[in-house]
Amino acid sequence: MTADSQILWLFGGVGGLLVVATLIARLLRLRQTAGDAPRQSSPGVENLNARVDAWWAMVALLGLAFLFGGSGVIVLFALISLAALREFLTLTHTRRGDHWALLAAFFLALPAQYGLIAIGWYGLYAIFIPVYAFLLVPVIAVLRGDTQRFLERISETQWGLMLCVYCLSYVPALTTLEIAGFEGRQLLLVAFLVLVVQMSDVLQYVWGKLIGRHRIAPAVSPGKTVEGMAGGIASATLLGAALWWITPFQPWEAAALAFAATAMGFVGGLVMSAIKRDRGVKDWGWMIEGHGGVLDRLDSLVFAAPIFFHLVRYFWSG
Amino acid sequence: MTRFLRPLCARLFARAIVIFTHLVTGVQARWDGCAPQPTQRIYFANHASHGDFVLIWTALPPALRRSARPVAGADYWQAGGLRRFIARDVFEAVLVDREGRGCGPDPIEPMARALGQGQSLILFPEGTRNTGDAPLLPFKSGLYRLARRHPKVDLVPVWLANLNRVLPKGEVLPVPLLCSVTFGAPLKLRAAESKEAFLTRAQAALRALTPAATEGAPS
Repeated sequence: MTADSQILWLFGGVGGLLVVATLIARLLRLRQTAGDAPRQSSPGVENLNARVDAWWAMVALLGLAFLFGGSGVIVLFALISLAALREFLTLTHTRRGDHWALLAAFFLALPAQYGLIAIGWYGLYAIFIPVYAFLLVPVIAVLRGDTQRFLERISETQWGLMLCVYCLSYVPALTTLEIAGFEGRQLLLVAFLVLVVQMSDVLQYVWGKLIGRHRIAPAVSPGKTVEGMAGGIASATLLGAALWWITPFQPWEAAALAFAATAMGFVGGLVMSAIKRDRGVKDWGWMIEGHGGVLDRLDSLVFAAPIFFHLVRYFWSG
Repeated sequence: MTRFLRPLCARLFARAIVIFTHLVTGVQARWDGCAPQPTQRIYFANHASHGDFVLIWTALPPALRRSARPVAGADYWQAGGLRRFIARDVFEAVLVDREGRGCGPDPIEPMARALGQGQSLILFPEGTRNTGDAPLLPFKSGLYRLARRHPKVDLVPVWLANLNRVLPKGEVLPVPLLCSVTFGAPLKLRAAESKEAFLTRAQAALRALTPAATEGAPS
């Protein structure tokens, strides 16, 4: 099968899932509102409907990017990074003295990182933000002379760049990997990673709703349960194994990589929840109806992408 | 010709400003204390940037925008043709000589006139931009005097979060951080309420809208 027809099959499968999800969400709403006396549907069901509708939009956006191939995915993730970085930095303590450093983060570091990925310069994009941006952000800030809460302000900006730009850019960077026998099909690695990690989030939610009992981190994320975590990661790992035919991996290898990605995704979600809790907010933003901000949807992908990339690069592309 | 061209340009310019502001600030309107209804109101907000009234104006639904006139300092908005065009034609701002300049006409008059015509106002009772670390500067008396002359008009506190970070004083390029505009519950001047008591109450109502996220910010 060609890469194109495999991608079509994937999107067809996801579309089918969404049709089922939409039907369930609408039926739940209908069951609540129908009857002799018209009633309001519950906030939970309304949120479910909003979430499913937003999924359609997100899948459509990813599909549009895939139409343009590797460059489409790079542009899409550059824009997502921009949206994520603004959500992250909005919640930080930056002061007037950080203005130039913030401008540099948004308008130099971010485009440069994605530009380096577009030209496939691994040697530089793998270290650009951890080395150059890391050192230059405090240098730019110190030139403005404001020392109040300096360490805290700089660290927050560096964290923002690392999570929202550097880590996220590993998703489109998958298209630059050269794997023997897999030439020209790298977009499928992006599809594999995004699908497995996002489905893991959905499955954790579903398992948690169905059989969730024991809270796993009540102080950080009261909604997450042991049952949801285990069920979600296990079923997403199986999904990864079932998708081996679109990857250069054996089924057991696909399962192992899916497990690594979803486990990282889970702990990543916890870390991002801790930051939100520290800042006293429920969501990162309000860009995606029903989900919250871009970072609320992508927190697990941020932590999964670099590990997945480097595992694949080390074992398959070395 | 210019009679038709000018308003048309102003309308196009207004659309462009709204789109641009949405893109740069991702502004979210939070109607916490009142609904976006076309009642006559004085929206009074914290003031940290020249873009403040643009942000409130953008956050209002289009139907409310037309009758909401920002009050702005004549000294800044009269300087230069483009600024004058933006203030007068695009936003139909009420331009006032700021207090403390002595000899000119009472700055309250043009505002009271606009209220008399049934229009709403967007007002910054701190009088000047707040560039320090204090969340609010002491209010000037204008809000109280307007409330006395038009006691039926709702006074709605409006908290602007983050615009001062998007474009701090003296900077040229904006950083695209997210802004929010929170509309609180309307106040009215109480019978026999003193100026000080009223201004303190109005200030407290505005402070109370500070989002939790900025509570931890340096203050």
